[in-house]
Amino acid sequence: MNTQQTPIIEMKNIEKHFGRVIALAGVSVEIHPGECHCLLGDNGAGKSTFIKTMSGVHKPTQGEIFFEGKPMHFENPRDAIEAGIATVHQHLAMIPLMSVSRNFFMGNEPERRFGPMKLFDHDYANQVTMEEMRKMGINLRGPDQAVGTLSGGERQTVAIARAVHFGAKVLILDEPTSALGVRQTANVLATIDKVRKQGVSVVFITHNVRHALAVGDRFTVLNRGKTLGTAVRGEITPEELQDMMAGGQEMVALEGSLGGTV
Amino acid sequence: MAQAIPPAEQSDERVKDISSFRKALIRPELGGIVGTMAVFTFFLLFAFDSGMFNSQGVMNWSIVSAQFMIIAVGACLLMIAGEFDLSVGSMIGFAGMIIAIFTVTLGWPAWMSIFMTFIICIAIGGLNGWIVIRTGLPSFIVTLAFLFILRGFTIFLPQVIERKTIIGGIKDASEGDWLAGMFGGKIFGGLFTWLGDIGAIATFERGSRIGEPVVDGIPMLIIWAIGLVIFGHILLTKTKFGNWIFAAGGDAEAARNSGVPVSRVKIMMFMFSAFCATVFAVCQVMEFGSAGADRGLLKEFEAIIAVVIGGALLTGGYGSVLGAALGALIFGVVQQGLFFAGVESSLFRVFLGVILLFAVILNTYIRRIITGER
Ligand SMILES: Nc1ncnc2c1ncn2[C@@H]1O[C@H](COP(=O)(O)OP(=O)(O)O)[C@@H](O)[C@H]1O
Ligand SMILES: [Mg+2]
Repeated sequence: MNTQQTPIIEMKNIEKHFGRVIALAGVSVEIHPGECHCLLGDNGAGKSTFIKTMSGVHKPTQGEIFFEGKPMHFENPRDAIEAGIATVHQHLAMIPLMSVSRNFFMGNEPERRFGPMKLFDHDYANQVTMEEMRKMGINLRGPDQAVGTLSGGERQTVAIARAVHFGAKVLILDEPTSALGVRQTANVLATIDKVRKQGVSVVFITHNVRHALAVGDRFTVLNRGKTLGTAVRGEITPEELQDMMAGGQEMVALEGSLGGTV
Repeated sequence: MAQAIPPAEQSDERVKDISSFRKALIRPELGGIVGTMAVFTFFLLFAFDSGMFNSQGVMNWSIVSAQFMIIAVGACLLMIAGEFDLSVGSMIGFAGMIIAIFTVTLGWPAWMSIFMTFIICIAIGGLNGWIVIRTGLPSFIVTLAFLFILRGFTIFLPQVIERKTIIGGIKDASEGDWLAGMFGGKIFGGLFTWLGDIGAIATFERGSRIGEPVVDGIPMLIIWAIGLVIFGHILLTKTKFGNWIFAAGGDAEAARNSGVPVSRVKIMMFMFSAFCATVFAVCQVMEFGSAGADRGLLKEFEAIIAVVIGGALLTGGYGSVLGAALGALIFGVVQQGLFFAGVESSLFRVFLGVILLFAVILNTYIRRIITGER
């Protein structure tokens, strides 16, 4: 990974306060083109809050965001999407009651003219959805199948496929593997790898060190709203990462008593 | 690209195949369709000779059903967008009353009163929506407040201005008005005269209208109902905006994160609900020739019941305008049918309750199949 080139996103000293809660207390991260940047941290570390400032959901209380070298102020998620930042949020990625194809094109509906009216081009949407799902290895019963009938892994895959299809330059995934089984996790990790090979930068959030090491190029650890530093693949061991996430000492003691199984 | 993606068939092995017949049946409107068939079968068997199915009878329950349909379309789209409007009934009373005040008390031309009424009512609908969005309060509470506020004004205004609770004389004041005619008039009169002439429908046999058909045209009310149902159905299922309605009600946060302008969608649906209530009110005022302080009472619940019978989910994100229209039809046919059948009118509520329960149970079952809800 060439660290000399301009980062596609540069987050400088981001702070976010919710009333008296300081969720982020100065976080700086650079995302390089084409890398898979893992964001690690325990529950409540501020990972979701941090990527929400990156995707236009929250405005940072303090700090600067540079997108492709230029300062950026996202007013809402739509601005970030238009700039090329696609996000698969932790809990709210898809709408279970809606069909896969309606979800896939949510906010990006294709239209065709019908006399004086513009109609949702369902034929096109259905065709693209089926095709993209097939590419990802998911065989749908039909494009009108509701997302609620898909498994957790399949839902994540639909969300990722959607982001890639709409030409995201940066794909942010908030704990895509935390609720998944072994097989589904492997599928999602494979998808991340595939997406990165297409030249898309991936921000991959997880609290599982093994998942991070499987696909990550660089690793940034968040703890209590602060960055503990960024490490490059090959320069850090799983144990070191795990320790950084847990904030050091306690984990060493715990790990001893558990026989190194965590 | 040499990733080990499992072969596609594997993800399918645990999905049961659904026959195409079952697939055709499994639709949100199924409860409404079954209910409609049940209701018609019942009345064809037990009230066929009551006059319910001659031209006058059909027109009678069609008009009542059309009234329900007009407000059901608004309630349906709003419910799918994830919100309620409990102020529909009061809005009907309020809209009727201000039309009466404009035309009769102030002497405005009917078209101007109707136009102003639409603007005022749609603005109030927008205010409902704006408060819901800005405060984050449940729309149930906000529109409940407007239920009282609007009803209060509807009783207060005519008493202060005219010293009575019913304002009449609207028919004379709006005679020949082009816009009033679009709500109170009838069309296809020639067709019905011809049908009467060839004996297809009954004609009056004595009195001043002897020789004229007993049904002399399709009231504009019915045209509005059909038009709104078609409009609502196309908007919901065939447009980009329709996708936003589903998304806003399905999960507002997820929709917003995907770039859907959720607040705008919801506010517009509140305005549409107010529009539908106003259409109802104008048609009613033009038909009766008067506005009363108690008009529209409980209409919000009747609209919501029709929508729920039609397969919509009370919590939003799922439903069908066609289903809601069938729900309204069931409502109208049952209400008038029991009257024709000479059944004690209080039994209407029993019958309606049974149908409501039955349709909703069926709908819940279907929805689980479609959406994989647990
Ligand atoms: N909208 C909010 N209002 C108040 N506090 C919040 C809000 N969102 C997050 N927080 C707080 O910020 C901290 C970080 O949360 P989060 O970013 O979700 O952590 P993570 O994703 O790393 O588990 C938590 O203490 C959480 O309670
Ligand atoms: Mg989180």
